[in-house]
Amino acid sequence: MRGRTHAPWAVCAAATVLVTAGCGSGGGGESGAVLSSSWGDPQNPLEPANTNEVQGGKVLSMVFRQLKQYDPKTGKAEDMLAERIETSDSRNFRVTVKKGWTFSNGEEVTARSFVDAWNYGASLRNNQKNAYFFEYIEGYDKAHPDEGRQSADTLSGLKVVDDHTFTVRLKQKFSSFPDTLGYAAFAPLPRAFFDDHDAWLAKPVGNGPYVVQSYTRGAQLTLRKWDQYPGPDKARNDGVDLRVYTDSNTAYTDLLARNLDLVDDVPATQLKNVDTDLEGRYINTPAGIIQTLAFPYYDKGWGKAGVDKVRTGLSRAIDREQITETIFRGTRTPATDWTSPVLGADGGFQDGLCGDACVYDPAAARKLVEEGGGLPGGQVRITYNADTGSHREWVDAVCNSINNALKNDKACVGNPVGTFADFRNRISGQKLSGPFRAGWQMDYPLIQNFLQPLYYTDASSNDGKWSNAEFDRFVDEANAETDTAAAIKKFQQAEGVVRDEMAAIPLWYQNGSAGYSERLSNVALNPFSVPVYDQIEVS
Amino acid sequence: MGRYVVRRLLQMIPVFVGATLLIFLMVNVMGDPVAGLCGERACDPATAARLRHDFGLDQPVWQQYLTYMGNVFTGDFGTAFNGQKVTELMGSAFPVTIRLTIVAIVFEIVIGIVLGVVTGLRRGRPVDTGVLLVTLVVISVPTFVTGLLLQLLLGVEWEWIRPSVSWSAPFDELIVPGLVLASVSLAYVTRLTRTSIAENTRADYVRTAVAKGLPRRRVITRHLLRNSLIPVVTFIGTDIGALMGGAIVTERIFNIHGVGYQLYQGILRQNTQTVVGFVTVLVLVFLVANLLVDLLYAVLDPRIRYA
Repeated sequence: MRGRTHAPWAVCAAATVLVTAGCGSGGGGESGAVLSSSWGDPQNPLEPANTNEVQGGKVLSMVFRQLKQYDPKTGKAEDMLAERIETSDSRNFRVTVKKGWTFSNGEEVTARSFVDAWNYGASLRNNQKNAYFFEYIEGYDKAHPDEGRQSADTLSGLKVVDDHTFTVRLKQKFSSFPDTLGYAAFAPLPRAFFDDHDAWLAKPVGNGPYVVQSYTRGAQLTLRKWDQYPGPDKARNDGVDLRVYTDSNTAYTDLLARNLDLVDDVPATQLKNVDTDLEGRYINTPAGIIQTLAFPYYDKGWGKAGVDKVRTGLSRAIDREQITETIFRGTRTPATDWTSPVLGADGGFQDGLCGDACVYDPAAARKLVEEGGGLPGGQVRITYNADTGSHREWVDAVCNSINNALKNDKACVGNPVGTFADFRNRISGQKLSGPFRAGWQMDYPLIQNFLQPLYYTDASSNDGKWSNAEFDRFVDEANAETDTAAAIKKFQQAEGVVRDEMAAIPLWYQNGSAGYSERLSNVALNPFSVPVYDQIEVS
Repeated sequence: MGRYVVRRLLQMIPVFVGATLLIFLMVNVMGDPVAGLCGERACDPATAARLRHDFGLDQPVWQQYLTYMGNVFTGDFGTAFNGQKVTELMGSAFPVTIRLTIVAIVFEIVIGIVLGVVTGLRRGRPVDTGVLLVTLVVISVPTFVTGLLLQLLLGVEWEWIRPSVSWSAPFDELIVPGLVLASVSLAYVTRLTRTSIAENTRADYVRTAVAKGLPRRRVITRHLLRNSLIPVVTFIGTDIGALMGGAIVTERIFNIHGVGYQLYQGILRQNTQTVVGFVTVLVLVFLVANLLVDLLYAVLDPRIRYA
């Protein structure tokens, strides 16, 4: 029952020209060391620069390798396809691509594979939702203007020097730029992607340890080990079948019935049974996700000076320990700073930075709110989307906690919004008049990614429109530093400003969780809460 | 008869237009769907504007509706946000849901009517009371409880079935989900048939048939059942539409990638094209099923004539 089909041979026959190497190994997949894993239907077409959520990201993590690869344990960016990336001024980079890498269709991975892919991702006409990842590269404003027609199809900052070398010129200094290159949007693309786009989308071809064997949209994607994969992280199993589940509860039930091998999203309602159900075959590890409460600084009540005391007061009114324990059963950890433990102390994570301001203390909370002039509008309405992620439970709990601490039954109420799209609409339309749910999943494990997009003036995810000149200055200085350690110091200073102003209330760090069958061993989640598929062993 | 059918078909046009317009407006009221496509951040304005343009969302609603309807009549139901044609989604979803509905309807007809006849003929006996009690329980327990319970018992505890249905959804895997989907209607069919049979056993024509000395089997099948089935057929006919559109819960529990799944996903992602397309087809199914039911009356009861 484990996804045996006759289709692979037919597919191979049809695509012999494209994937000669890939199909040979497809045969190995029939031997039984293939695991099945739960999946969700990706929201956008499976292009590297168009995939911004975990489900599509899962596939890209198996099918592609970038210049850098984040270590699944430490999150550190290490060279993968990059021979070396040199710079003398943090603005001009010279990238040398390793020789000997090919796409699974046999085409060599060259400097051009990267430059073409990045130009495609940045160009406005291609509607790529991750285009802003290329915004630091010079010429982005021509290829992707905010308004009007684009005046260039390619980024002027990218130049191919020879087959395996290209240069990147940024519009400003950005010392940690090389470390961002492990993000999926920076993947190289084969010519097939440009020559026959529809065929490529139907069956993506990349340079990673797995090849796509067949893809039935909205239902199943079968990946098989690529035997000729030249990288060091060859797959230790014969393949992965990703199956789309509408409901994570069904996936969990399937796991219990030994009908599915891996579930990487254990539903909150099952967490209390997980120990008895799975007998230890359950992992719960930190991921680069932090949940906060953001504030609408465009609102008169919340934008005026002195309200930072109210925000701190609210922060002290939230009993994080109890909520993470009772509602999330340890899959969240109370936050004590604005980044994530996965960065590590070297990467800029500061345990306890928030200090007393994140410690539950009802008396102090009452005092602070009073000193700050009381709750703007007399009440806090926490806006959230009710369609996914069991947000209702924790928002209600947070409100309860605030109401108890402030001894006022009406101090805080939840304000659910039906769909995620509508929720985002209200945020981008600046229609909120109280705090709202803000979750941030890092794109790459850098402290920069936890601060700049969220708190820099007019940054892409600065939904509350917070703005602080001192913070912006620290970030600019940090980006201009050539030394990584010094850059991190500056970012930490910037984070200090966020703390002093309580720009957003940190709630908790989110863990990734997964359950697996007896057949599997060596299962781990990377800091992006995606299973490290290539290391899983199947018995 | 022919004129009647034509008249009914013509009546479908306003119903069809009204239903699609309503759905179109309802999905539109939910706001701009592009905002939900970029994760936890604002889409960059240029890309958002282009996406809106590509999906035709930058035009006034009435124009969007007209364009959409124009396309529908040429067989183009638009494109979902993940780049798939809606017709393609329909091509994969409808066969699955139709199979599920067939299984459910067969259960309703076979079990429902048989139980109804048995209990109707044995009013007040233990069989009757027992079945009545069971139907009461089935009607009062929500579908998701029955579904989850059966899934856990048969799928996990006893391992008789797979708890989820594979994406090709063959008939044999749909038996349990079909039973769950049919359960409530099945109970109603039983009760309807029972009442109808019980009423008609006292009818003059049955007494006449018995007095003529006809065998009991013939009295029941040809005289009693045929006359008693009219309300049941009405119910089952309208139920076809309800089952196809209302299978969302069952499809979710058993992970069936049918119409319910696509609708659910379409609503969450505020994908007008998917939602309106699927609902349009469902409306058509409902209308046609109703017409067929009305035509069936004439077959069951010779006194009914359409002109």
